[in-house]
Amino acid sequence: MIELQDVAYSYGGAELFTGLSLTLAPGSFQFLTGPSGAGKTTLLKLCYGDLRATGGVVSLFGMDAATMGRDDVALARRRIGVVHQDCQFLDHLPVAENIALPLQVAGRADEAAGDLDELMAWVGLRGQAAQLPPQLSGGERQRAALARAVITSPDVIIADEPTGNVDWEMSQRLLSLLVELNRMGKTVLIASHDMNLIRTAKSQVSANVLRLKDGRLQTGVAL
Amino acid sequence: MIGAVTEALSRALALLVGDPQADRAVPPTGFTARLTIFTAGAMAFLAVFAIALSLATGRLADRWSAELARTATLRISAPADQADAQIRAALTVLDQTPGVASARALTDDEERALLEPWFGPDLPLASLPIPQLIEIVETAEGYDPIGLRARLQAEVPGAVLDDHTRWRTPLVAAANRLRSLGWVALLLIAGATAAMITLAAQSALSANAQVIRVMRLVGARDTYIARAFVRRFTLRAALGAAIGSALGVLAVMALPDGGDAGGFLTGLGFQGAGWLVPLLIPPLAAIVAFFATRAAALRTLRSQA
Ligand SMILES: Nc1ncnc2c1ncn2[C@@H]1O[C@H](COP(=O)(O)OP(=O)(O)OP(=O)(O)O)[C@@H](O)[C@H]1O
Ligand SMILES: [Mg+2]
Repeated sequence: MIELQDVAYSYGGAELFTGLSLTLAPGSFQFLTGPSGAGKTTLLKLCYGDLRATGGVVSLFGMDAATMGRDDVALARRRIGVVHQDCQFLDHLPVAENIALPLQVAGRADEAAGDLDELMAWVGLRGQAAQLPPQLSGGERQRAALARAVITSPDVIIADEPTGNVDWEMSQRLLSLLVELNRMGKTVLIASHDMNLIRTAKSQVSANVLRLKDGRLQTGVAL
Repeated sequence: MIGAVTEALSRALALLVGDPQADRAVPPTGFTARLTIFTAGAMAFLAVFAIALSLATGRLADRWSAELARTATLRISAPADQADAQIRAALTVLDQTPGVASARALTDDEERALLEPWFGPDLPLASLPIPQLIEIVETAEGYDPIGLRARLQAEVPGAVLDDHTRWRTPLVAAANRLRSLGWVALLLIAGATAAMITLAAQSALSANAQVIRVMRLVGARDTYIARAFVRRFTLRAALGAAIGSALGVLAVMALPDGGDAGGFLTGLGFQGAGWLVPLLIPPLAAIVAFFATRAAALRTLRSQA
């Protein structure tokens, strides 16, 4: 689905990483760990076409990301649900409309009705549906971002620290949603520092753990 | 070819009809909206006057040059016994003059008809020393009045050339120039409108950088994002232009009517079907705003990640 071959990236200065390869196979469940500043967010951004690799080949759904036009990237993003580390919303629209936004822009607004309610209940935001995003707490924002990422039922779900601001009970709840989606065949990639969460996940699905450190990516890391 | 045009048109229409939900994605901004409406209105108001000026000077130029093209007259005052000889001599000279299409002595009946308004129908023409008139019709190039006068003076001493409409030639040129200036002013107004709409759209786009970023991240295409902006600015420009041109037309209607005597100044206005021309201003403003905003939006979007 998403494949990185020998990829390098630099923000202009020194290379953050080089010769990095990663394959997100359909239906796989992977965690990305590593020290702060190692480049986890950067790596994820390469995976959804927000950044372009400065070396190597990134292919999204069989297309070379370097040759994709803006509309191609837009279409690819409809197949990838992303939870950003700094979740941004349309601050003037209620939470419910923000969560339904990916369906809206894809011209699938009519599908929102039933799923939206259920999804909002799942992430515990039923009471906040009519609130504006700036009125949400940090954890509520993350839950809203996760709901927005999965509402289109995308093929791939990429989440950057999705449980950074939520309590243990809620993070288990969010994890179980992701595990559920993975069982339905979705590919999941989560950047996280939370070892307990990773351990819990490994008890539910066969999750692979990647570790990014000093510009190198280790796979199959044991905890 | 036709298919491509129809497709472009239907895409433009789809952009305009839009989807109200896409519009909601961009927060409304009362201030730029009012500025855009005001600007479009002011420009439409000016456009009405530019059009009125062009149409009025156009009419003036046409009328004057039509009169110019008509005729000059040669007046021959001679003692009765020499009159016929002088007329023949004058006609010979005129026949040989380049630029004269035809020349013809008016008959007594025609002269009587000309004088009738002043002296009544029973004028005894034969007993009065009325000058004989020769009507000259020019060719398009016209003749050289100075040369003609010199020849006439030598050969037909009693002849006076009256090319009374000739003084209008520079006026016709001025009227034509004024008409072109009116159209240039109209083009400038359209250009200034496009420039101002572009600036307004650009400021709206940069004020909504986060909206654009979020929309891109959830998979919106550029055209979807552009649509909300394009629709808004197009409708605002059309609304402003409608108000502005309505006020402009009212102002033109309110110009004092100087009757026939007013000539050029009070002739500034519309006649007949000319009144319909200002109706074109709002749709044209909308078209200008549509393309200006679309270009600005797509340019801004492409410059982003
Ligand atoms: N836009 C940018 N311009 C320049 N440097 C950047 C930019 N974004 C990130 N960096 C640098 O790249 C490095 C990796 O950043 P990144 O956000 O990928 O780290 P991370 O592994 O996600 O860290 P964290 O765990 O704290 O989220 C950091 O040293 C950061 O300073
Ligand atoms: Mg990060």
